[in-house]
Amino acid sequence: MTTTVVDEAPHVVVRPGFWTRERRTGAVLVVLGLLAAVVFGLLAHADASAKFVLSENAEGPSFSIPGRTGAIAFGLIVTVAGVLLLALSTAKRWFGLLVGVAVVALVFSLLCSQISAASEGLQFMPVVNVTRQSIGYSVPLVFGALAGVLCERTGVINVAIEGQLLLGAFSAAMFATIAASVWVGVIAGGAAGVAVGALLAFFAIRYRVDQVILGVILIVLCTGLTGFMFERFMASDAETYNAPAQLPVWEIPVLGGIPVLGPILFRWNALVYFVFIVGILIHFGLFGTRWGLRTRSVGEHPTAADTVGIRVLGLRYWNVLVAGLIAGIGGSYLVLDAGFQFSKGMSAGKGFIALAAMIFGRWNPVGAMLAALLFGFVEALQTFLSAIGSPIPSQFLSMAPYLITIVAVAGLVGRVRAPAADGKPYVKG
Amino acid sequence: MILGQEPEGSASSPDKAPVSTGQVASETAATALRTPDPDEVGGPPAGNRFIAALWSANTVTVTVLSLFLAMVIGGVLICLSDPTVTAAYGYFFAAPGDAIAASWTAVSEAYANLFKGAIVDPAAVTGWLDGENTIWLALYPLSETLTYTAPLVFTGLAVALAFRGGLFNIGAQGQAIIGAAVAGLVGFGLHLPPVVHLVFTLVAGAIGGAAYGFVPGFLKARTGAHEVITTIMLNYIALYFLSWLIVQDGVQDPNRTDAISKPVDENALLPKLAGGDLRVHLGILLGVAAVVGVGWLLNRSTFGFELRAVGLNPDAARTAGMSVAATYTGTMVIAGALAGLGGTTVLLGTAGALTGSVVGNIGFDGITVALLGRGKPWGVLLAALLFGALRAGGNRMQSFSGIPVDLVDVLTALIVLFIAAPALVRSVFRLRAGRTGRLETTVAKGW
Repeated sequence: MTTTVVDEAPHVVVRPGFWTRERRTGAVLVVLGLLAAVVFGLLAHADASAKFVLSENAEGPSFSIPGRTGAIAFGLIVTVAGVLLLALSTAKRWFGLLVGVAVVALVFSLLCSQISAASEGLQFMPVVNVTRQSIGYSVPLVFGALAGVLCERTGVINVAIEGQLLLGAFSAAMFATIAASVWVGVIAGGAAGVAVGALLAFFAIRYRVDQVILGVILIVLCTGLTGFMFERFMASDAETYNAPAQLPVWEIPVLGGIPVLGPILFRWNALVYFVFIVGILIHFGLFGTRWGLRTRSVGEHPTAADTVGIRVLGLRYWNVLVAGLIAGIGGSYLVLDAGFQFSKGMSAGKGFIALAAMIFGRWNPVGAMLAALLFGFVEALQTFLSAIGSPIPSQFLSMAPYLITIVAVAGLVGRVRAPAADGKPYVKG
Repeated sequence: MILGQEPEGSASSPDKAPVSTGQVASETAATALRTPDPDEVGGPPAGNRFIAALWSANTVTVTVLSLFLAMVIGGVLICLSDPTVTAAYGYFFAAPGDAIAASWTAVSEAYANLFKGAIVDPAAVTGWLDGENTIWLALYPLSETLTYTAPLVFTGLAVALAFRGGLFNIGAQGQAIIGAAVAGLVGFGLHLPPVVHLVFTLVAGAIGGAAYGFVPGFLKARTGAHEVITTIMLNYIALYFLSWLIVQDGVQDPNRTDAISKPVDENALLPKLAGGDLRVHLGILLGVAAVVGVGWLLNRSTFGFELRAVGLNPDAARTAGMSVAATYTGTMVIAGALAGLGGTTVLLGTAGALTGSVVGNIGFDGITVALLGRGKPWGVLLAALLFGALRAGGNRMQSFSGIPVDLVDVLTALIVLFIAAPALVRSVFRLRAGRTGRLETTVAKGW
C-alpha cells in the first residue's frame, strides 16, 4: 500500500476546490428543477387551475394558479435558483435564501400539478386546514426533538425517545381513564417519560453503558412493557383502562377570532401552546442563562467544565430527567390530543423522526422545532395528496424526512455536527 | 479477594498428600501463586477454586445471573398484572400463605409453559412413548425454537460483525427488508428448476442486503456521516419502500385485495428438515454455516484482521497502512449481506410471500442477539438459540397461561440491559471482581 492511504481520515472530507457546497447544491437544484418542470408539467392538467383557499374548507378568499403553466414555472424557478448558486461568486451569502426559495417553489410546482389533476370539485387546497394539520402532526415531534436536544447538549445520547413517547402514551391513556381526568393523564405521561429517562441516566452515567445501545434496549423494553400491560389490562377491559378523554381546546380570546391566523395559531389545546413555549424557553435558556452555558460546556468539554467547578454528572442527571419529562408529556399528547385509545406501538416511529428533526435542526432547540414543523408539513401534505387522489405514492412522501436527514448528516447540503462530548461517559480524573 | 491471591496454605492443605521434600513443597507453593487457573490444580481446593471462579464476575456467570434477574422481574410483572394474585395480596397480613401461593402458581405456570413451548413438553414425550402421538409432536417445541433462531443468527451476525469493526449497525432491519424484497422479486419473478432457484434467490437476498448495507458504509467512509443516524433513517426508508412495492401491479397477488405479494415459487422455498408439519427448515443449517464462515472471516482472514484492527483503533490501523474507509465499507457490505440473508430466510422458510411486516422485528432483535453474544460468532449462535427459544416458548405461554407474548420482549431487553452493565449484576449478587475487562461488550463512544 502506498502512503497516500494515510489521508483517508473518515471524519475529514477533502473538499475539491471547484465543487463547493453552494455549487453542489446548485447542481442538484438545477436537475431537480428541470425534473419537476417536466414531470409535474406532464402530470398537471392543462386546462384546470389549482385553487388555494385561505380557510378550512372550500369557501373564503382564494387565489388560483393555472395548473400546467404553474407547475412548469415553479420548476423553472427552482432551476434558476440552482443556476444562480452555480454561477454567482457571492453564492455563499445568498445560499439560505436561494435554497429556501427553491424548496418553496418545488412544493408549489408539485401542488399545482397535483391539485389541477384532481377530479372535479377537489381542485383546491384549504391552506388553513393543511397548516393546522402540519402543526398538529409536528407537536409530538417537537416534544421528542426538544427532549433529544436537552439530553445531547449535555452529553448523553438519547435514542430512546421512541420508547419515552410510547410509555408516556400508555401511561397517559391508563391514568387519564382511571382518574377520569386528562390532566392526570398528562402528569402520568410525564412521569413515565421521567422513569425511562432515569433508567437512561442511571445506566449511561453510573454504569457507562454505550448510550446508543442503551437507547435501543430501552425502546425494546418500553415496547414489551406497554404491549404486555396493554394485553393484560386494556385489551379485555377498554372501558376501565383505555378510554381517555380529549384535552379541551383553549381558544385565545380576541386573537383566536383573527381570520386565517386565528385558527392556525390560537385555537389549540394546552399541550400545543406548552411545547412551543417550552421550546423557546429552552432556546433562551441554553444560549442565555448560566444553566445553559453549563449544560453546553458539559456537553462539549466535560473535563474543562469540571475544572471550573461545574458538577458534570449531576447536571447530566438533571437534564436527562427533564428531557424525559418533556418526551413523556409528548407521549401523552398522542392519546389526549384527540382522545384516542392507546394501541400497541402507537408511536409508530415518531421518536425516530423526532431524532431526525433534532439532527436536522443541528442540536438547536429552535432549529429542531422548525425541522419538526417541516416534517409535520410533509406528513400533512401526504394526507392532503392522498385525499385528493393524487397518483404520487404516499410512501415516497413518508420517506422524505428520513432522506432529508441522511442528506443533512452526509454533508451534501452543509454539515451538521453533534456536541463534542455527546455519548461519551465522563470519568473524573 | 481475587484468584491470584489465594493464600499459600490452600496448596498444602491437610487434605493433600503429605509433602516429602522441601523442594516439592516450594514448587507447589510456586504453582499455587502462579496459576489462577482452576483446572491446573487437582484435589478439593480445585473445587473451591471452581466455585470461587464461578462466583466471580465472568462471562457465563453474569449471563446466567442476568437471565435469572430478568426472569424474576418478569415474574413480578406477571404477579402485578394478575387480578387473582393482587387480590390475594389485598389480605396479605391475614393470610400471607395465600398471596405467596397465588404468586407461585401464576409465575411457575407461566414459566413452565415457556419451557414446554421452547424445549420439550413431557406430556408429548410420554404420549409418544405410549404410542398416543407421533414423535413429531414431541419434537415440535424444538422445531419452533430452531425456526425462530435461524433468521436471528443472520441478523445477529450482521450486527456483531459490524461491532467488531467499530460500527453500530442499527440498520440490520432495513437490510433484512431490502434483502427479503429482492429475494421475493427473484422468488416469484423467475421460474427455475429446484436447487438452482433456491440458490439464485438466496444470492439475490444477500446482494439486496449488501447493496443496502453499502450505503451507510460508504457514507461513513466518505463523509463521516454517523452510521447510527444513517441506518436508523434507512430502516424507515426500506419499510416504506417495501409497503409501496407489494401493492404494485405484477408484485401484488392478483387474487388478494390486501397488501401481499405473489407467493414465492415452490422451488425457491427452503426445504423442511423434518416431517409431521414441523416448520424447522434448512435456514438453521445455513445459519450455522454462516457462523462458521464469519468465524473464519473474523479470525483467520486478512480482511477480518483489518476489520478488528480498525474496530479497536482506527488511527492505529491507518498508521499501519490499512485503508479505514475501505474496511468500513466492506464491513457494512458483508453485514448487509448477512442481514439480507436473514430476511430471505424468513421469506423462504416461513412467510412464503412478501407482506409489509414480513421480516417482523428480526433486525432489531439481531442487535440484542449480538450484544448477548458479545460480538462473537458462536456467542451469537447461542444467543440466537436463547432468544429463539424465548419466542417459541412465548407463543405457548400466551395460549396456555394467558401471559402476553410481549413479555418476551421485556425479558430480552432486561437480559441485555444487565449484560451491558456487568457492574450492576456484580453488585446485586455481590460477585467478586473477575476478569471484567472481557465483559465490556463495546466501548462507549459518541455519534
